[in-house]
Amino acid sequence: MTSRYESTFLDVVSRAIVPLIQIFALYVVTHGHYDPGGGFQGGVMLAASIILLRIAQGEESFERFPQSAGLYLAGFGALAFTILGFMSVVFGGNFLEYGYAVPGVDGVELRYWGIFFAEVFIGFLVWGALVAIYDALTTGGTA
Amino acid sequence: MRLMGVVLIAIMAGFIMWATRDLPLRGDPQSPASTHVSVYYIENALEDSNTPNMVTAVLADYRGFDTFGEAIVVVAAALSCLLILLRRRDDEGPLAQGYGTDEGIGDGDPEPPEQGARG
Amino acid sequence: MTWQIDFWLMLVLIMFAVLALEVSDLLAAVGILTGYSFLMALLFAELGAPDVALTEAALGAAITGIFLLVTLRFVGRKEEH
Repeated sequence: MTSRYESTFLDVVSRAIVPLIQIFALYVVTHGHYDPGGGFQGGVMLAASIILLRIAQGEESFERFPQSAGLYLAGFGALAFTILGFMSVVFGGNFLEYGYAVPGVDGVELRYWGIFFAEVFIGFLVWGALVAIYDALTTGGTA
Repeated sequence: MRLMGVVLIAIMAGFIMWATRDLPLRGDPQSPASTHVSVYYIENALEDSNTPNMVTAVLADYRGFDTFGEAIVVVAAALSCLLILLRRRDDEGPLAQGYGTDEGIGDGDPEPPEQGARG
Repeated sequence: MTWQIDFWLMLVLIMFAVLALEVSDLLAAVGILTGYSFLMALLFAELGAPDVALTEAALGAAITGIFLLVTLRFVGRKEEH
């Protein structure tokens, strides 16, 4: 599973299609305010693009997306989301009540950006977690 | 035994279909789920958070704690997968210990484990 | 919002679910399960929930199928009774 398949078609098609998947995934993550989608869906698409790279190129894809990066991304997403939630606690709001996150700024605008950053962090988290699960299943992961 | 299972499933399906008569119609504005708090979301989501997509506003803002729990569950799933399947330093990992069979669908089936290889 | 589309989609869904349980080749079962997820995404989209449909199409039809295939590589594709 971690060896490279000697298939020209798989190689060419994966090289062509992975950037398109990632661009569309970024669109889905960042346009959660206006379109269907959001962090979960976009993160799953990003993970699918990395898994396609893993399937098509085997261990060569470790140079582009290292094996340990999945867990780091998931941990970063979870930590950043938690910090985002506690930012409003510091300034008198409840947990995840984005309207209080930064004092002196309009609450509506803060809630807009709070939703945006929550989606982005969830996207990182799902992306990393799914790639980590795939690596654990195929190679046993890294210590 | 197999016939009994089919009969049991048929009886349970009958009960469930009978119970659906009491459910409100889909999209019924007078149903209890549509009259309590979703009215507030529909009327105020745009003004409260400047977000045209109401679903995103509810998921990430009003019900942010729920979304937070889901995210933590995803991280916990990844961590438990790694803990179960992690390749240890002194052996080749649990998956390399001869779980593969001859009928496996891929190449590179692992060799049968050596006796006493596990430290 | 037409009940005919709902009806036929749900009927085919039940057929796919029963088929995935009945078939003895696990690789075929994974394929049928992927088709089930795709039809489920269609049903969600028809019911007016594009967010859920997008999640189901990405997670159910792609990632779950890949994970099950990777697992099948280790346990073999024959069902043992």
